[in-house]
Parts: sequence; C-alpha cells; structure tokens
Amino acid sequence: MQISLTVNGASHALDVPANTLLVDIIREHLGLTGTHVGCDTSQCGACTVHMNGSAVKSCSILAGQADGAEITTIEGIGTPDDLHPMQAAFRECHALQCGFCTPGMIMRAIDLVEKSPDLSNQAVREGLEGNLCRCTGYHNIVKAVLLAADATRA
Amino acid sequence: MSDTGIGASVRRREDVRFITGSGRYTDDINQPGQTYAVFLRSPHARAKISAVDSSAALAVNGVHAVLTGQDMAADGLGDLPCGWLVKQKDGSDMVSAPHPPLAHTVANYVGEPYGIVIAETLAAAREAAELVMTEFDELEPIVDLTGARGADQIHEGVSGNLAYDWELGEKAATEAALAGAAHVTRIDLTNNRLIPNAMEPRAALGVYESATGEHTLYTTSQNPHLERLILSAFVQVAPEHKLRVVAPDVGGGFGSKIFVYAEETAVIWAARKVGRPVKWTADRSESFLADAHGRDHVTHAELGLDADGRFVALKVQTTANLGAYLSTFGSSVPTYLYGTLLAGQYATPNIYVEVAGVYTNTAPVDAYRGAGRPEATYVVERIVETAARELGRDPAELRRLNMIRPDQFPYETPVALVYDTGDYEASLDRALEHVDYAGFPARRAASEAAGRKRGIGFACYIEACGLAPSQLAIQLGAGVGLYESGEIRVNPTGNVTVFTGSHSHGQGHETTFAQVVSDKFGIPFEDVEIVHGDTGRVEFGLGTYGSRSLAVGGSALVSAADKLIAKGRKIAAHMLEADVDAVEFSDGQFLVRDSNQALSFGEVAFAAYVPTNYPTDLEPGFSEKAFYDPENFTYPAGTHIAEVEVDPATGVVTLVNFVAVDDFGHVINPMIVDGQVHGGVAQGAGQALLEHGIYDDFGQLVTGSYMDYCMPRADDVPDFLVDTTVTPCTHNPLGVKGCGEAGAIGSPAAIMNAVTDAVGDNGLSMPATPEKVWRALHG
Repeated sequence: MQISLTVNGASHALDVPANTLLVDIIREHLGLTGTHVGCDTSQCGACTVHMNGSAVKSCSILAGQADGAEITTIEGIGTPDDLHPMQAAFRECHALQCGFCTPGMIMRAIDLVEKSPDLSNQAVREGLEGNLCRCTGYHNIVKAVLLAADATRA
Repeated sequence: MSDTGIGASVRRREDVRFITGSGRYTDDINQPGQTYAVFLRSPHARAKISAVDSSAALAVNGVHAVLTGQDMAADGLGDLPCGWLVKQKDGSDMVSAPHPPLAHTVANYVGEPYGIVIAETLAAAREAAELVMTEFDELEPIVDLTGARGADQIHEGVSGNLAYDWELGEKAATEAALAGAAHVTRIDLTNNRLIPNAMEPRAALGVYESATGEHTLYTTSQNPHLERLILSAFVQVAPEHKLRVVAPDVGGGFGSKIFVYAEETAVIWAARKVGRPVKWTADRSESFLADAHGRDHVTHAELGLDADGRFVALKVQTTANLGAYLSTFGSSVPTYLYGTLLAGQYATPNIYVEVAGVYTNTAPVDAYRGAGRPEATYVVERIVETAARELGRDPAELRRLNMIRPDQFPYETPVALVYDTGDYEASLDRALEHVDYAGFPARRAASEAAGRKRGIGFACYIEACGLAPSQLAIQLGAGVGLYESGEIRVNPTGNVTVFTGSHSHGQGHETTFAQVVSDKFGIPFEDVEIVHGDTGRVEFGLGTYGSRSLAVGGSALVSAADKLIAKGRKIAAHMLEADVDAVEFSDGQFLVRDSNQALSFGEVAFAAYVPTNYPTDLEPGFSEKAFYDPENFTYPAGTHIAEVEVDPATGVVTLVNFVAVDDFGHVINPMIVDGQVHGGVAQGAGQALLEHGIYDDFGQLVTGSYMDYCMPRADDVPDFLVDTTVTPCTHNPLGVKGCGEAGAIGSPAAIMNAVTDAVGDNGLSMPATPEKVWRALHG
C-alpha cells in the first residue's frame, strides 16, 4: 500500500505491504536504527516512538495506521551537542547501562512528563510500567525522569 | 582525585550514542546482498526427527535454501563443546552428551533448532519455514528434575540422565560434626529456573568473502574471542585466522551471551553455503525457548551449631538441572562456582557438598548473573536465618558470631578457596544502621496496625570473581585460561588507544577503563579511547562475565601501562642525559629527581616514534601489551537487608526497603558501581518475587513470553539504598574486586528471609507470588 508519513520532520512516501509494522518502516525502510525491537508482544516498550504527539509502541502500529502520521523517534529529539532535557537527565543520572531499552524509555518518559508534569516517584514508576529495563533496576531511570520533569517545569 | 580519574563518578561516554539512538547493535548492521534466516525449531520436548521435507518451502519466491542438521553433519561440523570438564566423585569424567549445533536425529527440548531457512526477505523465510514438513516420532519427555534420575534415558550412554555426581569437602568429618552438634537446622530449597532476558535479543550476521576465504561474524557476544576459538577449534566452521568475530554494542548479557550457540554457528556456516551474507535476529519467543536458562536447583541442607550458636558443620545435597545438553560453561556453574562458596562469610569448620548434575528435556542451563554464587548464598543465608529463628537468636547477631574476623585473613575455607581479605562486620554494621534495624519493631507494629504483615531478612553474602589462576582453573577442568589481555597504543601525538579483551555490554568499560588509564598516565580522560569486542582489532581476550573485567582486564591494562612507563623512563633518561634510576614518572611528567628537568608523556611518545635523540639499544614505538593472570579470585562481600510488607487479603508482597552494603575493594566509578548493584538487586527481586521459567509435563515452556514470564517493572521495585565499605583486594594492582553480580547474589536470600519472616512460613519457595503467599497465610 501507498502511505506517506512525516518522520522527525521529513516527509516520506512509501510503498509497503499492508502488514508492515511501523517499527519496520522506521528501522528497515528509513534506516533509523535507534528504535529497537525487544519483544513480539508489545510488552517491552523498546520500540516506543511518538505518533501525533503521543508515545506508542511502534511494533503494534500497522503501516495503514501510520499513514499521514507525524512520527518522532529518538533521533528526532536531540543531538549530541543539543540534547533534549530527558536525554541529558538520563546521562546525568546514569539511567542507562546497555542502552537497548533507552530510546523507548526516553520517548515514553518525555510523553509522561509532558502530559503530567507534577510527578511523584510512584507516578513515574507507574507511568513507565510498559517499558522493561533489565539493567538499571529502574532506580536511576526514575531519578532521571524526575530531574527532567523539574527542568521542564523550571 | 581528579574529576575524571580513579574514584570519580564520571558520566559515561558511551551514553552519548545510546541516548541519541546512535548505538550500533548487531541487528542495526546490514550488509549488501544480505539474506535472512529463520530457524526450524522442534515443537516437541523429545522426538526423533524422521524426515524433513522442504520442497514446498523451497518453492516460495525468494527462498535460497533450507539447510538441516543432516546437511551440517555432512559438512563435518563438530559439536558445540562444554568448556569445563567436571570430575566425578569416583574420579571419572562427567558424561557429556553430544550437542550438535543443529539437531539431526533427535530433538531434546522445545525450541531446539534443527534447520535453517534462508531467503531474500524475512517474510519469505518465515513463510517458507511454516511450509517445511517435518515428521517427528515423539518420545516420552523427561521434564521433572527430581524424577529424572530414575526416568528413561535421554542420551545414549548417560545412565540415569546423570552428567556427573560431584562432591567437595570432607564428608565423614562433616557428618561426624553434625552428629555431635547441639542443634541441627534442616532445610529443603528450590532455586527457581530463570530466563535471563537481556533486552536485546540474540542476533548474528555472517559474511563470507569467497575471494579471500575470510569469514566475519557480527554477533551478540560477551566474549568474541572465545566464540572464535570454539567455532574454529571445536565446531570447525573456519580456521581461526580466517574468522573475525565482532560483538558491537551488545544490549545486556547477564551470562546468556557468553555461550556459543547453534544460531551463530549456523549463520556463519550458511553464509558460505549460500554465498550471501545471512542475518538472524531472535524474536523474544526464541529468546525464551533457546537462550540458556539459569539456576534450577533442588537442595537439602543441614547446618549444625554448638551450644553457643557457632556453626560446626554444613552439609548440602543438590540436584542441578543442566537441561538437554551441557552448555558452554553449564557444568561448572553448579559445581566450582557453587560448592566452593558454601562457607559464605562464616568460619564453619566442616563443609561437605554433593551435586548431581542431571539432564532433562528442557533448554540448556548455564551461567546467569551470579552463576552458582546466588544459589550458594541462597542455601547458606536461608539456613542461617532459619537456625536463628529456631534458636530464638537475633539473625544479625548469630551471623556476627560466626563471621570470619579480619585478623583471620588469608582464610582457607573447607571448600577449596582462600579468601584474601574482608571485613564482614563492617558491612553488616553499616547495613544495620542504614536500615534502622532498631526501628524495625515499630515499623512492624505500624504495618500490623494497618492490617499488613512486615518482615525483615538478611543476606551476608560472599562471592568469588575473576576465576584464577589459569593453571588451577585448568587443573579443575576449565578448557581455557582465565587471564585477560590488554594493549595500550600510545599514538605519536600522545593520545592513547586502549585494546581490552574484556567486553562491555552495559558495564561502561569505555568510561571506567579510560579513567584507569588516564589516571595512570596523568593525561586527559578525553585522550584515551577504549576498543573492545572485535577479534580483528583486539589480540585476544576472554571477555566479560563473573564480574571479572576490572579485576582481571583492568589489571592487564595497569601492567601494560607500567611497561610503557618503564620504557618512557629510558627514553626520557636518554633525552635528558640522566640516569634511568633518577627518572620518575608522576602526573604525566617524566622528571629527573632533584632537578627541574622534565618531559611530558606526549613528548616522550613523540620521541619514540621520531627517534632522533633516542637510545640506540631501544626499539622505537610506544605501545605495550600485557596478559594478566590473577593469583587468586577476588572476594567481594557484603550485607543485604530487605524489608517487605505483605497484604494478607491478596498475598501481594511489596518490597518496601532494600539496603545493600557491599565491599568491592577500591571503586573506580561509584556512579557505575551503584548502578550495577541497583540492576542486580532488581534481578534478584525478580527471582524472589516474580520470575519463574516453567515447563509443563510435556516439556512445553509455559512461560514463553512477557505475558507469562513476570519481569520486574518499574513499579515492582522501590528505590534502593546502596553503600560500600572498602577492604582493597590484596593481589591485584588496582585493589578492586568486582561488582557486577553482587546485587543478584545477595538479594534473593534477603528478600525470601523477609517474606518468610512476614508470613511465618519458612516453606515458601521462590518466586513468592501472591497465590503462594495467600495460600501460606490462609491454608
């Protein structure tokens, strides 16, 4: 099927099989490998991106659903010289180890903070429930999200 | 201390690529002309493979080949070896069943690969794999660990499904001491099967260059050189000098990526067969089925105490599930990495352990974070806590009474280890302080008033890292040495490229190793680059597991740095017309003692490459390598204390407080060390409360997805309070011990001691799920 979508501000028109998943469009067709696949059951959240301003698991979005959508991936929120406050907070707080869940975790956390800026530790934990991390024990991720939330409010 | 040197919480340099989506994991790598592989996997736990009909599969558009175990055997590829030969009680070798990379006659666990489909696209490969018609003759699967020894024989020549019957320690003396003990505590424990679940699934991309005969394998490995060695020496996929293994960014391992698996073996072989690069990435279902699992022990233990409460003897009998085949280090985990740790932190004079290593029709079991040491700690710390309860003693004080004292080091245990140093009471006291032990009764009363039950539990663990020395390990059955290599190339402009045989898959070596080297040379942190994970760039290495990287790999770098400093002193002495003995190196300067003459590190490096004013008897160049072989293990130790609340109405256990005080020796980067402990504790909490790899009676994995296997999520764990005490390791140049596994070693026992304290039922097994806890509370 023919679809068009905007990814990180750039427009793309693609001809893909209808059963193509958004994550495969992002990784395989557009070569944006920062978005990861960690499971087959939309349980781990490694593939989280923003679609029309909300965090979604891109392994659960079909090509047709993404037609006309505005997509933002980890590559679209900041650069090494100009990090997004959430990226900076993750580094500052050592909120990542192997880095595999990190892009999805950051994309989810940005959405969480944007939609509910007054977050408690417990609210962050509940808000990140859909994203698995096996390395950090979440301790520093929660710290980072709270730090970024502070920075956003300031 | 500088801002970036040893002891500083330097922010990690690898993070910049990971937080911007610029990491390069195996699945991110693509090659021109690449094809895609899907594996054919047994749907049965035990079945003869009678016939494989791939005609319909080959008719699918874009399919290049369907290769089977028969094809691989016909090409003469060898079996996947087990790298540790365990000797049995009677002195005979363990019985290692043949482990073909692709099954060709019998499949022995659900998910065992027996063929590979290669196609132009992943979709075509998947479609074709569905069309392969395989005839299986099902056999009775042997799934139950405790019944396996009396069951039908899985492998020819392995009677009683027993790979080995192993022992350590003095049996007669231990039994005599138990017989004479004033009190004997007995406990039966299961250590639940875990599935490692690094977030990055395993993947492999094989490339073959027919013009040169070179093979390149990109794969998710914790130890690329070992992978290359096994694939060339044993499996004989390609000669070692024609095989390059690259483990780029690797998304977590926790042991599961140490091993040499069927899939990467098949991928590199198939790349040559079809003449195209072949790529495979596991989906999560495959990870559950075919990654090596962890733990899975059943144990009976007896602890004898004298009238004062001193431990007089510990006897442990364990049956360990090894799965269907002996994985790369599967044999060593329940033996040398388990039995040797049963002294724990205590001066127990008599210890005896016997372990039956048993085959079952389940996925192979091998090292998972802690590898044997969490199992040992679970036995020791559960039985000690139980003894304290039986005797009405304070669990902290009973432990204190029995701890090896600082003046007893070096301390030789009855189970073959010599602990070099430690101060166990120091970490116990610090942990008691952090947890506010004195305030626990009030907290318990407050919980009771709110209708909840509160419990506290301890684990005073010890572990052994950096398995060594190589000669001893090889005598005990290791197939390889356990040294590490390091090379430091000082470039002519004075900056430094460091090559380490360790591999980082989340540990942050690019930062900590750069801290060590920059500190050693007195040069900017930014001037040190760390290279790892590529057999084409790094000479040799044994990789990263067992919390060995800094203690062994870091020490190799110190040795190489010392060689460079020694050479630099000769160069500087010549240039400054001084005696070598008068030249010192400090803060990046070669200085002539009692003078103001000095050359910088960079000036000496430049002179070594542009040797105009240079000693005639010295080779040019400024690059050195070292192989560091440790004298002994390192022995991190500490106290973990867990506090839980149980809701009697639902059986839900909430981990409300967790304190970890660990002695890792000197700490290079406290931020990273704390993070390692956090992650380990969360994995241990997962084992204690949530995770369990379960097979049904037919050998089907019931917990084969994240819907069924309960991984800890952010709201399952609390913030952790972590702290360290320091007794430097006595035998490595950095005085470091290793921190990667401690969290997962101490926490299961601490949490289960807390849960059983709260519930009042010592028979609860891991994981303490709401159902089990509710049943324990309500009969």
